[in-house]
Amino acid sequence: MSIEVRNIHKSFGAFKALAQVDLKVHDGELVALLGPSGSGKTTLLRIIAGLEVFEPRPGSAILMDDHDVTGDGVGKRQVGFVFQHYALFRHMTVFENVAFGLRVRRHGRRPGKAAIRAKVRELLRLIQLESMEDRYPAQLSGGQRQRVALARALAIEPQVLLLDEPFGALDAKVRQDLRRWLRHLHDEMHVTSVLVTHDQDEALEVADRIVVMRQGKIEQVGTPDEVFHQPATPFVMDFLGSVNLFRGRIESGKAVFGPLVIDSPIGVVQKEGGIAQLFVRPYDLDLHLEPNGKPSLPARVARVQSAGPLVRLELLSEAQQTIRVEMSHDRYRQQPVAVGRQVFVTPREPRVFADDYSI
Amino acid sequence: MAVSVAVPSIPVVAPPASRARVASPWVRWGLIAVSLAFLGLFLFLPLAAVFAEALRKGWRAYLASFTQRDALSALRLTLTATGIAVPLNLVFGLAASWAIAKFNFYGKSLLISLIDLPFAVSPVIAGLIYVLVFGLQGWLGPWLAAHHIKVVFAVPGIVLATLFVTFPFVARELIPLMQEQGREEEEAARLLGASGWQTFWHVTLPNVKWALLYGVILCNARAMGEFGAVSVVSGHIRGRTNTLPLHVEILYNEYNFVAAFAVASLLALLALVTLALKAALEWKTRREWHVPEQPAAAEEE
Repeated sequence: MSIEVRNIHKSFGAFKALAQVDLKVHDGELVALLGPSGSGKTTLLRIIAGLEVFEPRPGSAILMDDHDVTGDGVGKRQVGFVFQHYALFRHMTVFENVAFGLRVRRHGRRPGKAAIRAKVRELLRLIQLESMEDRYPAQLSGGQRQRVALARALAIEPQVLLLDEPFGALDAKVRQDLRRWLRHLHDEMHVTSVLVTHDQDEALEVADRIVVMRQGKIEQVGTPDEVFHQPATPFVMDFLGSVNLFRGRIESGKAVFGPLVIDSPIGVVQKEGGIAQLFVRPYDLDLHLEPNGKPSLPARVARVQSAGPLVRLELLSEAQQTIRVEMSHDRYRQQPVAVGRQVFVTPREPRVFADDYSI
Repeated sequence: MAVSVAVPSIPVVAPPASRARVASPWVRWGLIAVSLAFLGLFLFLPLAAVFAEALRKGWRAYLASFTQRDALSALRLTLTATGIAVPLNLVFGLAASWAIAKFNFYGKSLLISLIDLPFAVSPVIAGLIYVLVFGLQGWLGPWLAAHHIKVVFAVPGIVLATLFVTFPFVARELIPLMQEQGREEEEAARLLGASGWQTFWHVTLPNVKWALLYGVILCNARAMGEFGAVSVVSGHIRGRTNTLPLHVEILYNEYNFVAAFAVASLLALLALVTLALKAALEWKTRREWHVPEQPAAAEEE
């Protein structure tokens, strides 16, 4: 079932949580809403679920499969919702939690006892917690609780699955395992899903498309590759991974950052004499021991950290700016540099943005 | 939906280290001794005295005190007032705490303060308020008199006074618990298709049932024991508007000590039963909330 969000505005008192948000989620897609806290991603999810009401404006609507569901109550939308803190019914067993959505159905639409039992058992098998149907939520680990919450949401055979930071309360290892599991699950079931997260790795790994949000607005919508490799704004670039930022000016069509001059910069460059900002990922910087004719920045090696999958270097430019560089162990071995050594830094993939943005 | 996806294994969480002892044994035993001495002098001794005085002339005299007509009518009135006040305050307390804990609205803090008002006001003043409003010279007095409705110096006045004094007990127990529990479980229930009533009945109520019962027990104890407010509105008409505590006072003023202490011992017994119920409830809730964590690894593959 597709979801369409049209011209949504929402304020909490003086705080503008969402401003003019338009979004379309296609049938069977898994979309991640990614942004820092306060960017409005959870509010948008709750509005889709019907848990919050948006401000009535001309053209504002929530559509599911092209039907306007704005007036539909929470229970009518057939939405599966997974909360960050699980929200399991604490006085019910795992079995009763999963069965709840079926048991509260109106007479006539409610399946029989045996059918409910079969359905719940099937879901418990899916989340591999069959042996724990008589446990209470307090007796489960965080990862197990979230799986029960997911099974409970799936029990009503939802048309849409909404997940609000589902792995946010779990520790790193469990989080990683569970999100892979979620992706597999989605590949098998194809339920249209919207996942809210502030973790860019999670979004990049799990989602078909990513919606980057900032201060109640959508900053960019695209596939993980698009938002990662072609970020539309400095914010997106910054939010989706660590980045080096250099400030300079536009001079006769070129972006000038001290000794580093970029001829035909990628990205948006506007007015002459305006501010130019250069964003380079740490692994998109080349180091040379001597200047090789290409535009480069001289810097000194301040720190080398070689434990881990990549070698991380911290350089100090002549303007006393810290530059972070990452390279493979192989490349570092071909050209090892000691602390204090002068090097020349060349950006391989420079992205220049014109607007003023500070990290 | 025949899907099977491998579930990742989850590492076992180490149990927290046991807490170190802070105070020295001298401080500990000193504090315990002071508390015990205080409790003995001001609680156990008077309690024992009540029963000793009541049984001074033997069981026959003790039991005879309850079979008097006035004593029975006082008991009946106390049970009536309690029987009306407690269920009403149960419903009110649930409604108020649900509204306060689960919804945002203007005047919420005012409502919370108002619920606490009966705790802040002296019960005698509470009684006087009802006399001023419903009494013959009060605001509604002439109208009530014209319609032959007696409130003050009659059973309705006693019920009203009891209601007022026991107003906060249930709500006060529920509000902090409901606020702590948040509204996510209710939201989850609604999203799963439950109606408002089903959500209340299957999710909200079971989550607060022990606190609710606890509040009801406290409310009940106070309703049966209330003296001040009831004394003002009762008029002390023997056999008609006397509750048990008022009856104790009358008997005592008539130097009928055995009967006075016998009736008092009934109230004391009620207090003890309340205490036992309360302790049992606390034990039960503690057990329910702190279910021992199972080793997670054993069942994980």
